[in-house]
Amino acid sequence: MKFLKFFLIVIILFPLSSVNAEENDKRNKITKNLRCLICQGQSVYDSDSEFANSLKIVVDKKLQEGFSEDQIYEYFKTKYGEWILYDPGLNKNTYILWLLPILIFLIGGAIIYKSFINRK
Amino acid sequence: MGALLVFYKKNMKNKILPFSIIIIFGIIFFIFYKGLEDSKIYIPDFNTKKEIPVFNTKEFFSGENVKSSSIFELDKVYLLNIWSSWCVPCRQEHPFLMNLNLENKLNIIGMNYKDNLKNAENFLKELGNPYKEIFIDLDGTIAIDWGAYGVPESFLIYNNVIIKKYIGPLNQELVDEINLLIK
Repeated sequence: MKFLKFFLIVIILFPLSSVNAEENDKRNKITKNLRCLICQGQSVYDSDSEFANSLKIVVDKKLQEGFSEDQIYEYFKTKYGEWILYDPGLNKNTYILWLLPILIFLIGGAIIYKSFINRK
Repeated sequence: MGALLVFYKKNMKNKILPFSIIIIFGIIFFIFYKGLEDSKIYIPDFNTKKEIPVFNTKEFFSGENVKSSSIFELDKVYLLNIWSSWCVPCRQEHPFLMNLNLENKLNIIGMNYKDNLKNAENFLKELGNPYKEIFIDLDGTIAIDWGAYGVPESFLIYNNVIIKKYIGPLNQELVDEINLLIK
């Protein structure tokens, strides 16, 4: 009987805690991608400033309201602009940032390929 | 002439590689050099014609629930001022708010940001109360809804639209500008 009780408690508690952990992970992931605007070079996750702490509360609230990660980013983008995101989307201001690595990779590949052909 | 062309082609082929590397590095250098000039400090949009957010909160003195729609009416000019008793620049700008209130051309609304209510009341007793209404933002989430990121910050509002945003304490110059804008 005692064992059954224990078993029941474990079954009831276990899924709850895992859900909680999932939410925490998500919140940490989101706040790591948000720039703390008043502390240079720190993410909201790292910072303990008034602004960052409020932002964490807002992220929690939005998650509870059922916002997805992208919706939360979108929300902060309309409030503070692209600058608040560490991982900016592809647009006319950031296309160089996105295309440069691909370009360098292609050109580098071409150079290596060419030098191989030449050696033969 | 033909020999010269062949010679030129042969030499050019060897030069393509270093030449292209120099060009690539030139481009990369240029992009990063330009990046150096960009400001790395957050500069908010000052002229945002955004609708004001909708929120529920508590009134400062009575502690009663208030809605944003009952604070901001259409066809009136409001100045929303985010302040706090622990914020030193707020003390600096307070006389300007008092003067603006005396001129009586706009309604000044206060947002008490992450404050101890007792301290906040003492602050107002000491320096005067220029606010027509004050509401509380205890955890700073309403300020985020407004796109604010510190204290003090002021928003000029007309018809539920933010006309202008002032970051940092107000001074005589900015007060003159506000007077010019609401004429």
